[in-house]
Amino acid sequence: MTDIAATAPAVVGRSLWGDAWARLKANRAAMFSLYYLAFIAVISVFGPSLVPHRYTTIYADYVRTPPSFSAYPKADKIETALNEAIKRMRVDIKKWRQEDNRIFVTVTSPKPIDDRSVRYLDRSDAFDDTKIESKSPDGLEAVMSASIRQQYFLFGTDNTGRDLLSRTLMAGRISLAIGLLAGVVAGVIGVLYGATAGFAGGKIDEVMMRIVDVLYSLPFIFFVIMLVVFFGRNFVLMFLAVGAVLWLDMARIVRGQALSIRRQEYVQAAEAMGVGQRGILIRHVIPNLLGPVVIYMTLLVPHVIILESFLSFLGLGVQEPMTSWGVLISTGAHNIGSANWLLLFPAFFLVSTLFALNFVGDGLRDALDPRDR
Amino acid sequence: MVASETILSVKDLRVRFRTLDGAVEAVKGINIHVNAGETVAVVGESGSGKSQTMMAAMSLLASNGEATGVVDYRGRNLLTLSKSELNQVRGRKISMIFQEPMTSLDPLYSIGNQLIEPIRRHRGLGAAEAREEALKLLRLVQIPDPERRMKSYPHEMSGGQRQRVMIAMALANDPDILIADEPTTALDVTIQAQILMLLAELQRKLGMAIVFITHDLGIVRRFADRVYVMRCGEVVEEGEAEAIFVSPQHAYTKMLLAAEPTGTKAPPPPNAPVLLEGRNVEVTFRIGGGFLAGEPLMLRAVDHISIRLKRNQTIGIVGESGSGKSTLGRALLRLLPSDGLIRFGDRDISGADRQAMRPLRRELQLVFQDPFGSLSPRMTVGQVITEGLLVHEPTLSGRQRDLRAVEALREVGLDPNARNRYPHEFSGGQRQRIAIARAMILKPKVVVLDEPTSALDRSVQKQIVELLRKLQADHELSYLFISHDLAVVRAMADYIIVMKQGKIVEEGPTEAIFSNPQASYTQTLMNAAVDVTRFRLSA
Repeated sequence: MTDIAATAPAVVGRSLWGDAWARLKANRAAMFSLYYLAFIAVISVFGPSLVPHRYTTIYADYVRTPPSFSAYPKADKIETALNEAIKRMRVDIKKWRQEDNRIFVTVTSPKPIDDRSVRYLDRSDAFDDTKIESKSPDGLEAVMSASIRQQYFLFGTDNTGRDLLSRTLMAGRISLAIGLLAGVVAGVIGVLYGATAGFAGGKIDEVMMRIVDVLYSLPFIFFVIMLVVFFGRNFVLMFLAVGAVLWLDMARIVRGQALSIRRQEYVQAAEAMGVGQRGILIRHVIPNLLGPVVIYMTLLVPHVIILESFLSFLGLGVQEPMTSWGVLISTGAHNIGSANWLLLFPAFFLVSTLFALNFVGDGLRDALDPRDR
Repeated sequence: MVASETILSVKDLRVRFRTLDGAVEAVKGINIHVNAGETVAVVGESGSGKSQTMMAAMSLLASNGEATGVVDYRGRNLLTLSKSELNQVRGRKISMIFQEPMTSLDPLYSIGNQLIEPIRRHRGLGAAEAREEALKLLRLVQIPDPERRMKSYPHEMSGGQRQRVMIAMALANDPDILIADEPTTALDVTIQAQILMLLAELQRKLGMAIVFITHDLGIVRRFADRVYVMRCGEVVEEGEAEAIFVSPQHAYTKMLLAAEPTGTKAPPPPNAPVLLEGRNVEVTFRIGGGFLAGEPLMLRAVDHISIRLKRNQTIGIVGESGSGKSTLGRALLRLLPSDGLIRFGDRDISGADRQAMRPLRRELQLVFQDPFGSLSPRMTVGQVITEGLLVHEPTLSGRQRDLRAVEALREVGLDPNARNRYPHEFSGGQRQRIAIARAMILKPKVVVLDEPTSALDRSVQKQIVELLRKLQADHELSYLFISHDLAVVRAMADYIIVMKQGKIVEEGPTEAIFSNPQASYTQTLMNAAVDVTRFRLSA
């Protein structure tokens, strides 16, 4: 007897989860979407700290710069930027030249030139590391040199001169976080509530489901506007508002499942064996519920992201300088004629993420419920 | 039977299904032919490919399946026809009836609509004419009061009547071939006999050929002209029905014919103690009713039944569906609220609640009919069978539980390695063994067996019956054996209770009941089950 027990794990069966995973792996669209989502998640989480610009930094010289692979400032802009900075110094340019990455400018002034005036050049977004190379003995003429600050704006900049790449990634972080957190909040509340109602059955179930019906009848937008009016605009509130509305669907789905699982013979078998309510709930009802819950979760997350975008679009959601895809798209929509990249990039990210999430949801549904379609 | 032209011939048909674990060949190159007006039976156990053969012929395979070969119907290869060409044949010249008439009828439409629609579509008749035609069909399949039944919905009819409607629909376009896929398996024995009689009569009147797919050899003998025996996707034997039954050639056919459970059980000694006793047990279900719904309908499923189960005794409870036999079994285990007195040993458990019953549960076990539904699909077999130990012997360590699982699996004749696998990886018979192991691991005194063999193939049934008898002998168990299958009950039980509509119709020792049934209902049951006369009048 013992020798059998010792060599036991030789045969390991494939669980239903293992089966589902194998089926999912065979689904190319879903697997690609899964990788894509992982990629979006990684760049949203780590991207903002790797991109050279912070999402709040304002480059006054680069307002509404179109996206480009080459560095700013462009050659023709150097002179403009230089002239502007020199004008602020209240000196005149005598001549200037560019050597590799540095410019050398000779300035003259009726009054002696103050050494500290180099800071005017540093202040410009285009130049850096300004030095005074030489000064005439009377101090009325000086040669300054500054390195050109090479800046890349792959996605361009917005109306206030902030880098759109870092803002898009930051927005992704917020949107995904809201989607995930509100999804999880809604999921947890919904599963607990629905499983309790379905498992308890009878009067308790009736009362619990009528409460759900009442909550269903609250208009969502009014609800959110009311919350915003009473508590101010608040990030956490967004989760609460979105989560508080979306758990209702989950609760209904889970309740239906729990009701049908409750009547399964394996639950009756467990009862006949004397297993308590808790044991049945934990060992039988919940594991068998998880399939539909997982599927619904993957469809809930994009739903939440869209709701968040919608609220932000209306101005009820995330507030500046924090941003989300909805906020960015809203700004982009206002500038669609003059700076279309402000709309295109965030919209691409939002749409492709939602696409991927829906594909994964579809794939999971097929994998977990492999009835022939 | 006059040999006539061959209208359907299947040549070298292969059906394969693509699965994650590679292609599975369900049908491996078989040849079958059907002559006009004859009855051909395709017999085999589950998984033999008998249904898939016909599904492939009708292009009704699941989307991951593909068929190769030739299915020749009057000179046309059905496998290569386009969808619209196929519909010229399918449903018109070749029609099908299925096992479960509830799921084959659309619950949203009345019987009349479902009959009239295809008649109008296929024959281009007007509404009134089609209605007449539908009425004629319902009369043909002997549905009482067809005018009224036209307005009924499927759920308002009994299983037998639904199957009659299905037959009427299949006959609507005067087919050449009627394919019947286990048409009586879901029905009670008496209804089964009526349906088969009807089919035989219709065939005589209308002259179509019938392809009869079944696992039940008893029916085949009474019904078919020729028989194909299938096993694992191959035809192992074919021939005239009588010839196959009288002198089977292939070992598999012989095995199938010998698979009827045999033997009897000796009654326990008269002084054996009574273990489980029910006196005037009554179970009433409330249907509907409530705050606004008015008075509920009270349905008495079990009506004043008294029963005494002695140690080492097997009481067989026999009855058709809806007779309350399962309800009685559950009420005696206090899984359903009931009135009347129930005693276990010398304890009165009539009023015991969940809490009070818990320690007794290990001695009162239950095995279900459906070995697919009664095992949780997300637990390994080891977890399934040791779950009871978690409740009743919570002090056992995981390792000790594992050893008990090994022991229990050995006892029911399974490889102990099975405990690391999941229920869906096992066949029906193996799953039923697992369910029995789950009950046996607790070393119970009384086991209620609720149709434990009904969902299994005959040959597997026999093994399970033998296993149950061995376990009874080894552990002095008492069984309450609930079944509609008289052959199995005869082999298992030493005492029989016949139930109808919640009441006991007749009871007594097995041999007495079988040799000399008193109540007319018992006689009907016996006749339906044991009769061997042919349904076919033309033969």
